[in-house]
Amino acid sequence: MSSSASQSGRAGAARKRWQWRPLLATTPMALTAIGIFVVCVVYSVVLAFTRTKRFPTFDFVGFDQFGRLWHTSRWLASVENLLIFGVLFIAICLLVGFLLAVLMDQKVRMESAFRTVFLYPYAMSFVVTGLVWQWMLEPSLGIQNEVRSWGWSSFSFAPLTDPDFAIYGVIIAAAWQSSGLIMALMLAGLRGIDSDIWKAARVDGIPTWQTYLFIVLPMMRPVVVTSVVLLGASVVKVYDLIVAQTGGGPGISTEVPAKFVIDYITERGNAGQGMAAATMMLLPILLLVGPWVYNEYVRRGARP
Amino acid sequence: MKYTIPLAAALSAALWQLPAQAADLEVIHWWTSGGEQAAVSVLAREFDQLGADKWKDSAIAQGENARAVAYQRIFGGTPPGAAQFNTSRQFEELINAGLLQDLSSVADKEQWASFIRPPAIFGPCQKDGKVYCVPVNLHSEQWIWVNRKVYQQAGVTEPTTWQDFLESAPKIKAAGFIPLAQGGQPWQEFLLFRDMLLGMAGKDVWYQVWRDKNADVAGGSAVRKVFETMGELRQYTDQGMAGRNWNDTTNLVITGKAAAQVMGDWARGEFVLAGKQPGEDYDCIPGPSPEPYLTTNGDVFIFPKQKDPAVTQAQFKLASMLVDARVQTLFNNAKGSLPIRDDVDMSLADACIKKGLALLKRPDAIVQGYALFITPDTRGQIEDLLTEYWSTPDMTVDAAQQRFVEIIGDAD
Repeated sequence: MSSSASQSGRAGAARKRWQWRPLLATTPMALTAIGIFVVCVVYSVVLAFTRTKRFPTFDFVGFDQFGRLWHTSRWLASVENLLIFGVLFIAICLLVGFLLAVLMDQKVRMESAFRTVFLYPYAMSFVVTGLVWQWMLEPSLGIQNEVRSWGWSSFSFAPLTDPDFAIYGVIIAAAWQSSGLIMALMLAGLRGIDSDIWKAARVDGIPTWQTYLFIVLPMMRPVVVTSVVLLGASVVKVYDLIVAQTGGGPGISTEVPAKFVIDYITERGNAGQGMAAATMMLLPILLLVGPWVYNEYVRRGARP
Repeated sequence: MKYTIPLAAALSAALWQLPAQAADLEVIHWWTSGGEQAAVSVLAREFDQLGADKWKDSAIAQGENARAVAYQRIFGGTPPGAAQFNTSRQFEELINAGLLQDLSSVADKEQWASFIRPPAIFGPCQKDGKVYCVPVNLHSEQWIWVNRKVYQQAGVTEPTTWQDFLESAPKIKAAGFIPLAQGGQPWQEFLLFRDMLLGMAGKDVWYQVWRDKNADVAGGSAVRKVFETMGELRQYTDQGMAGRNWNDTTNLVITGKAAAQVMGDWARGEFVLAGKQPGEDYDCIPGPSPEPYLTTNGDVFIFPKQKDPAVTQAQFKLASMLVDARVQTLFNNAKGSLPIRDDVDMSLADACIKKGLALLKRPDAIVQGYALFITPDTRGQIEDLLTEYWSTPDMTVDAAQQRFVEIIGDAD
């Protein structure tokens, strides 16, 4: 929008007449964006300061909902889980995705077949992923039972039954699902590296692994940023995986903020509390996105 | 693009002109297990036989999901013809907002108040002399289901109190059985807690906690004993508990892997389906508690207000049918629940249902369900607390009870 506006400023009056077409084309999108994102978000935040139960009421109670929220151990556990989940999930996906992409980059035979296999989990919904891994990690059906049947009878691997480890069982499932996507992105990034770089590195006698780590990887920064943004978005909204795999249990050990919000605005009928939680989920995003928007549009726009 | 508006207008006009005589009545419910399906199909069949109106089945697995859909449909302006809820405060805001059909014309004519018993189950339906829902059955949660053969093999007698249970549990464990089959879902943990609260502390404490929201009682020694005993029970369950459904848990008792499960009377259906005989293979014991109690939980149907008068007429017809003595007989025999009226032939009922019917004749044994008194919000907070307490052996009784007191104190 801003670039087209500056263009129209420079362009002659003859071109200006045609500007209504793009304007018309973007109007529905702009209305949707303002209507859904801005108005609904503001409305939700306003409700967080009211006594709203199932029906919106504008009976304002100040920060009471937030007070109760931060006094709720399930919310605290949810926030902690989101941090653990977010950091480990993104780290594992980047690591596994990059390693797979590098292996794929060695001109292996049947590369497309492998690529399909690794990308396949991403085609599944989180609900299916959750159920599959619920069974895999079930002590009497899954991995533990299988390994024991091979003769290692003391083998124990049942993270979902232990409140201290259940969140890691969820991370395994999520990383399994999303690593393939990161592999595909990273592979595209690797293929985009100029082959002269490789030749130059070889002439200089730099080992392959060092070339990957110190030359290629820094050049792939945009791909890594894209990957982190994509993974980050799925971290904040993780809900279906939890519902399908653990239901938030054992106890409250795998609860996440999105599930807290949904439970409160539906079954529990306390939308004020749910919206307070949703507002808290929005806050870190605003803190991250705000500076970026400022940097991209406001500061850059101010430059001559 | 330019045809969109006329097309939309034509479509909406067509929608308005849908036939006014016969209506499809969409019914949202969560009766999806085998026995429940048999029961709900009785209702569908009987309704279809009444005339041209048709029962349109919308079965949604799990109560929370079905209720969430019903709320959203009602708020969104496309309400279902009828929706199942529990005999509770779940729908009081729908009544207050004027979104539910007033059924008092039918209820007064047929004099529902004269035959629906116990009156407690009709209470949540009534407000300011009007009637907004129809109770269809009675479920008691106050039961423990035991496998007789497991108790015989372990050489102990079946429990009649929680004290008995705690004394026999180590022997059952030593004999290689799971003493207590428990499903690790918050509602099941809360159900166990309620069973122990009523069974150990009695009905006075029950009413003081749920109805009066008396924080002193909630923080007192009787409730403390319940938290302590619940903590002790952790060691008598099995590792596979996490997230397990109630019916899979019942199956542990049926197949003789576990000795007992605390569950509502709907568990009976699983034993019947497995071909087990009450008094021979299994037993249903009220409580366990020194005094037998029957709690008044159950299901109701609500009827959201409609734009189409034909659907409204169909709603009145269904409402009247649900309390009909013959339909009550067929439905409750299939479901294994207790009928909402006394003049129903339950001679086909098995020993467990007869125990419930006998208790229903004793006013002192009838205890009003917790859900009549607390909101879903409060219930959710208690479930969060209990599921955390149950799965965190490090959490002290003091800390758990302290939070319970806060929740009860803040409840509305």
